[in-house]
Amino acid sequence: MLHYIENEAKARAEKSSTQAIIENVSRRHILGGALLASGLVLAVKIAPAIAREPLKPYPTGAEGMSDKTVNDPHIFIAIDKSGDVTIVTHRSEMGTGIRTSLPMVVADEMEADWARVRLVQAEGDEPKYGNQDTDGSRSMRHFIQPMRQCGAAMRQMLEAAAAAKWGVDAKLCRAKAHTVVKLDGAGKETGDSIGFGDLAEAAMALPTPAIETLTFKTPAEFTLMRKGDTKIADLRDITVGKAIYGADVRLPGMKFAAMVRPDVLGAKIKSYDASEALKIPGVEKVVEIEGVYAVPRKFAQLGGLAVVANTTWAAMLGRDAISVDWDLGPNASYNSAEYAKEMSATAAKPGKVIRNQGDVDAAFSKAKQVFSEEYHATHLVQAAMEPLVASARIKDGKAEIWAPVQSPYGARKDVAEALKMKVEDVVVHVTLLGGGFGRKSKWDFMIEAALLSQKLGGEPVMLQWSREDDTRHSFYHTTSVERIEMAADDAGKVIGWRHRTVAPSIVSTFAPDSGYQFPIEYGMGFVDVPFDVPNLRCENGEAKTHTRIGWYRSVSNIPRAFAVQSAVCEMAHKLGRDPKDFLLEMIGPDRKIDLKAGGFPEDFWNYGEPYEQFPIDTVRLKNVVRLAAEKAGWGKTLPERQGLGIAAHRAFASYVASVVHVAVDADGTVRVPEVVTAVDCGFYVNPERIRSQIEGAAVMGMSNALYSGITFKDGAVEQSNFSDYPIATMRNYPKKVTTVIVEPQDPSWHTGGVGEPGVPPFAPALANAIFAATGKRVRNLPIGEKVS
Amino acid sequence: MASITVNGEKRTIEGDPGTPLLWYLRDVAGLTGTKFGCGAGVCGACTIHLDGVAVRSCMTTVEMADGKSVTTIEGLSADGEHAVQKAWRQVSVPQCGFCQAGQIMQAASLLAQNSAPSDEDIVESMSGNLCRCGCYQRIHEAVKLAAGGV
Repeated sequence: MLHYIENEAKARAEKSSTQAIIENVSRRHILGGALLASGLVLAVKIAPAIAREPLKPYPTGAEGMSDKTVNDPHIFIAIDKSGDVTIVTHRSEMGTGIRTSLPMVVADEMEADWARVRLVQAEGDEPKYGNQDTDGSRSMRHFIQPMRQCGAAMRQMLEAAAAAKWGVDAKLCRAKAHTVVKLDGAGKETGDSIGFGDLAEAAMALPTPAIETLTFKTPAEFTLMRKGDTKIADLRDITVGKAIYGADVRLPGMKFAAMVRPDVLGAKIKSYDASEALKIPGVEKVVEIEGVYAVPRKFAQLGGLAVVANTTWAAMLGRDAISVDWDLGPNASYNSAEYAKEMSATAAKPGKVIRNQGDVDAAFSKAKQVFSEEYHATHLVQAAMEPLVASARIKDGKAEIWAPVQSPYGARKDVAEALKMKVEDVVVHVTLLGGGFGRKSKWDFMIEAALLSQKLGGEPVMLQWSREDDTRHSFYHTTSVERIEMAADDAGKVIGWRHRTVAPSIVSTFAPDSGYQFPIEYGMGFVDVPFDVPNLRCENGEAKTHTRIGWYRSVSNIPRAFAVQSAVCEMAHKLGRDPKDFLLEMIGPDRKIDLKAGGFPEDFWNYGEPYEQFPIDTVRLKNVVRLAAEKAGWGKTLPERQGLGIAAHRAFASYVASVVHVAVDADGTVRVPEVVTAVDCGFYVNPERIRSQIEGAAVMGMSNALYSGITFKDGAVEQSNFSDYPIATMRNYPKKVTTVIVEPQDPSWHTGGVGEPGVPPFAPALANAIFAATGKRVRNLPIGEKVS
Repeated sequence: MASITVNGEKRTIEGDPGTPLLWYLRDVAGLTGTKFGCGAGVCGACTIHLDGVAVRSCMTTVEMADGKSVTTIEGLSADGEHAVQKAWRQVSVPQCGFCQAGQIMQAASLLAQNSAPSDEDIVESMSGNLCRCGCYQRIHEAVKLAAGGV
C-alpha cells in the first residue's frame, strides 16, 4: 500500500489521474492483494501484515549513545487524581515537533486523551532520562521504542489497578480513551469503566512491568500516531507570544551582558581599553573571560570581554565602545579563495583510499568515455533565527543554566568542568530553541554565561549574542571540493567511479587535526554511495583546519549529495540518457548493499545504526525516485526556460528523492514553482510534522543552493548579518512543496530520521533543473540567485 | 522622557531616548514575546505595531514612539483569537516558532490596511520577515485564510 499525503487539502481536490490510479491500486491491495496495475512503476512489494502487526523490539544505535535509553514509565509519566497526565519530554524542541511527537507516542500507547496531557521539559539528566543529545535526526529513531514501552507499561499498570479494584483478572480490563473498561468473558464491554484519575494512585504505586510482558497496539488501534491531526503542543503559546525561548528567561536581579570575542580563531587579547564602555549609562562592569587556546578546544569558550549592564542594549553599546588590540595567531592566514584553490589541487591528486572495490585504474584505462568534474561548496553558518543566548546563576553552591540547547547533559558536564564544580551541583534548564540546526549542540555560549556569573560572584546574568556574533563565531559547516570521476564502457555502462573528497574535518574540533576526515563524515554520502558500479574507489585528500568546524543540518550529506547527484545527471546527458532512468540504472538491482563485497571500510559508520537493522536498501531508494518522478510528472513538456531536476539520497537511515521544478526569469532569476519530495523514513509517527520538515528542508535547501555562504579573509568571517548572509525569503522560495510519505512495506523498515534527510537532495535537484531549463551547469555553491 | 501607550497602558519611559523599543519592551517592560533576531531591521522577528502599522522595534527608538501607541504580540488581541492568530494555528504554521510573533504582527498590519491582499501583496508585505525553518508556504496560506475569515 502506498499512502500519499498531500501537503494541503486543496491539492487533494486537484489530483491528477495518475495519483488516483495509484490510490485505487493501493485500495485493491488492502482488499485483496491484487498485483500492481501495468503502467505503474512501483518497485515495492506489498506486505500488508505491517498494518496489523504490533511492535517487535529491534536493536538501534541508541545502545551506542551515552546513557542509552530509559523506558521506565515512573520516570516519564505521572497521572494525578484529576486524571491529568504529565509526560516528560526529554529531547529539545527546535522546530521538528519532537516535543509533541514523542509524548504522542506515549499517550497513544497508554490510551490517554491528548487533551488531558501536559508536558514537562526535562532538565539535562541523561542517567535519569537516557540520551538527550537532540542531533543526528535521532530522537524518533532511538526513542520510539522506549516511549512505546513506557506507554504500554503504564497502560498495563492502569489495567492491573482496575483489575484489583474490580477483583477480576487483568485480562478483562482494557484501557480505552482515558478510562479502563471491564470486559466480559467473551471480550465484550460490560459497560463498567473507571477513569484514569480514579486509578492514578493505585496504578502509579505499581512496579514497572517486565518488558517481556508488554503488549503493543497495532497500527490499526492507534489514536494519535500516524494520524496527522495533532497540533504541536506549543502552538497557542507561540501565536500569543508566551512561548519561552532562551532570551525570555527572567531571574530576579538579572543583569544583561554582551561580549567581544576574537574574530580570528585563537586570537588573544594583548591589551584593551574599556573606559568609553564604562561611561555608557547602564553599563556596570567589563569582565575578561579567558579563552581556551590549547587544541582541541571542543566547545570551549573563545574568550574575550563581557560587558555587564542593566539592559541588553546598554551591554551592546558598551561592547561596541571597547577597543581591543589582538594577537591574531596562526589562523589569520585563512583566506577562502586561496583555500578553495588548494582543495582543488589536492582533489586532483590521489588521496587516502577509504573504500575500494574492484580495479578502478583498470576501468578508467579501458573506458570509452570518461567524466571528471569537481563541485565546490563554501562554509555555511546555521543562522537560527534565535541568536545564541544563555543565562546563569550560582547560588548556595549550585549553578543553574538556562539555555536553548540541543544537548543539555553534555553541556551540564562541560559547564561543571569549566566552573570546577561537580556535575550534580549544576542544573541545566532547557527552553524552547528558536532553531538549532546543529549550532545549539555546541555549548560554548553556556560555558561563557556560567563563567561570567561565577566572575560576578554568582549573580544572575543573561549573555546575549548579537546576530553578528552568531554569524562570526560559529562552528561552521565545512567548505569542500568533491571531485567525481566516472568511466563508461562501449555500451554506456558506468564501470568506474572515483570520488575524492577534500574538506576540513569536524574531527579537528575534538582531536588534533590530522587533515583527514573521520568515519562519520565518510559515512554521509561518500563511502555509502549506493551505485552498481563494479570498480569504485573513495579517496580523501588532506585539508587542514583554520576555523571551528561543526555540524549543520545534514552535515557532509549536503556537499556529497550535490556532487554525486549532479555528476550522475551530467553523465546521463553525456551518454544521451534520461537523468531519472540513468539514476535508477546507477542504483542498479534490488539489493541490500553488501559492505564486504563493496570494499567498505571496517569502521563504516551507518549513522550509528546496526547495519543488519538499517541496511542500504536499493529497493527503498529506487522507490522514492520513482514516486517523486511520478508525482512531479517527470518527462512532461514545460515552457522555455523551465525544467525539472531530480536527486535522491539516503541519510540518517531514511530515503529521500526530490524533483525540483525550476523556472528561470528573463533576467536570470532562478525560481522554484514546485518541489515534490518523496520521503521514506520507515515506520513514521507524525505525518503532519514530517510534511513541515520537508517543506522547511526545501527552503533551507534553496538558501544553501542559491544564497548563503561564509567566507574567510585573513582568518575572519567576512559576513555579519542577514544582509550579507542572505537566506530565502517570501520573495523567492519553493512555492509549493508536495510531500509524499512512503507507507512502510515491511516490519524491517524501522523508523529513520526526518529533520535532516530532506535537505541534501534539494541543491542537486535544483542544479539539475537549472541545467534542464537553461543548459547551464552549476558546480559551485552558493550559485547566486541569477544564472546567466 | 517619553510617553508611550503599550498594549493600551500608558507608560512613561525614562533613560536614553535612543534605546530601540525592542530592548525597552523586552528588558524593561518584560514583554518578551517580541524577539531579537538581527538588530539591523533585516529579519522582522521584532515586528510590532506603532499606531497600528508594522515597524521593526529594533530600528524604532523610544523617542520615535513618543506620544504614540505600541502594540506587541501580547496585546494583539485580548484573548489570542485575532484572525491571524487563529489562521496560524489552523494551518499549523510554526516550526520552531521564534519568528512567528513578528510574522503574525506583520500579517495583522497588512490585513488591517488591505483586507483582501493579492498573492503579490502578501509577498510584498511579508518578504522582510525571515523564517529559517522555512514556513513560508504555510505563512502565505495562513495570511490568505485570515483574510478570508477564519
